[in-house]
Amino acid sequence: MTTILDVQNLRKTYAGGFEALKNINLQIEEGEILALLGPNGAGKTTLISAICGITTPSAGSISVAGHDIVTDFRAARKAIGLVPQEIALEPFEKVINTVRFSRGLFGKGRRDDFVENLLRRLSLWDKRDNRIRELSGGMKRRVLIAKALAHEPRVLFLDEPTAGVDVELRKDMWDIVADLKKEGVTIILTTHYIEEAEAIADRVGVISKGEILLVQEKAKLMEQMGKKELEVQLAAPISDVPESLRSHALRVGEDGHSLIYTYDTTRERTGITKLLNDVAAEGLSLRDVMTRQSSLEDIFVSLLKEDAA
Amino acid sequence: MNWSAVKSIYVYEMTRFFRTIAQSLISPVVSTSLYFVVFGAAIGSRMQEIEGVSYGAFIVPGLIMLTVMTQSISNASFGIYFPKFIGTFYELLSAPVNFIEIVMGYAGAAATKAFLIGLIILGTSFLFVDITIAHPLAMLAFLVLTCLSFALFGFILGIWADNFEQLQLIPLLVITPLIFLGGSFYSITMLPPVWQTISLFNPVVYLISGFRWAFFGMSDVPVVTSLFAIAVFFAICLGFVGWIFRTGWRIRQ
Repeated sequence: MTTILDVQNLRKTYAGGFEALKNINLQIEEGEILALLGPNGAGKTTLISAICGITTPSAGSISVAGHDIVTDFRAARKAIGLVPQEIALEPFEKVINTVRFSRGLFGKGRRDDFVENLLRRLSLWDKRDNRIRELSGGMKRRVLIAKALAHEPRVLFLDEPTAGVDVELRKDMWDIVADLKKEGVTIILTTHYIEEAEAIADRVGVISKGEILLVQEKAKLMEQMGKKELEVQLAAPISDVPESLRSHALRVGEDGHSLIYTYDTTRERTGITKLLNDVAAEGLSLRDVMTRQSSLEDIFVSLLKEDAA
Repeated sequence: MNWSAVKSIYVYEMTRFFRTIAQSLISPVVSTSLYFVVFGAAIGSRMQEIEGVSYGAFIVPGLIMLTVMTQSISNASFGIYFPKFIGTFYELLSAPVNFIEIVMGYAGAAATKAFLIGLIILGTSFLFVDITIAHPLAMLAFLVLTCLSFALFGFILGIWADNFEQLQLIPLLVITPLIFLGGSFYSITMLPPVWQTISLFNPVVYLISGFRWAFFGMSDVPVVTSLFAIAVFFAICLGFVGWIFRTGWRIRQ
């Protein structure tokens, strides 16, 4: 794996003294999908803006595909495609013209077959001669993606790609991202939606108050930080945890019909066998047994709580 | 140089011009025709000839300059302000282009539009008055330089402006009075001596005078001075654009 994006000691302090980014270090491997999670105002968009050349960093260095974004800005920027958070398109322009414009702006010669293929993939070909203002919000987002991909970038930034879009379009968007990954495009997306990160990301980064709290493989993160719950459903309700089971970390479910056991999957012994033996010895009759994995959202919330503490 | 980007911006801007061809062309042609009707026919018939040139013909260079200057400024300022206003400016900032290429695309397109409008007004004026152009090449050179300089100025204005009111402010409060008082409709030699001296501080006087010389071979100020004045104005605008490029003034946070 080669590093396609390298951010070193990046800082951004605005004129008023507000520190939007505090010493950010981030390395992204070619071909991966990284989801940057963070609350509003965490610095997600500022980070993307600094990498893409929209904001000038106060300190630090950034290189994209081995090219420094300042000294070799042309090569660096050619490697990047950006889909901004806000829908920003010229309302009176035709879809195909605005995509051709983006391709030309990034120094690529006109190639009608490429643009046709791109628009077809994004279900925009039938709308190619429509003016932007005639399109729905979802279609406009697709146009933004088409513009960002028009120059065949190696890294694609999606800033909140599914903010305010309906469920169906969100799923479509995820499919598009999955297709791009297959083609080897590196994707960095910021999102509010934990389920989005959970659904499509290879790695997850959590950013808060201008600092990256962690960047980790999604599966590993969930494995490491994920707590699991075992729910033992009982045939007859109980009011309290029986004396003989007090040594286990148990609580009684809401209606008294279950016992809930929280355990750590990474430990050598989870204690499940002993628990189930003790439950049987107590003479409790079981109706069902199930386990639940804590979600990325639980992890995210607990991380932010730790950060605030 | 990213020539592909320059061409893309230029073509994109020119497409906008041709998309709104009716507004782009009809309004300057109509307003110029009105000037001819009012100043040329109604008032001009009572005016005496100026150094052997009928008043109707005399105002042609001034009218062309008036339109070309205002059109260059408004096209260039709007061209670069619009992406800022609707938010598409991010694409320019994130593209592999430098500021010079952006300026060439936008100011070049604005200057081209103004130049075309200038030629159309010249064509229109043939319908109203009898004119011959003494120095056609010099006339074209003055026209091109004026279009370019004022397009650069308009570009700066568009970068500076935060809202549509500001976009209109300088053209209305500064440029239009300078053009009207710059001898568009009269020779400054017709003014009392004090006002003649004051007029010499108006840079537009030099541009109109030089342009009029290209038509009739007569001028208020020597033609070399006019050329020098427009070169200085062009250099100032270019220098300012260069400074914007270096500092990112009003562009990058």
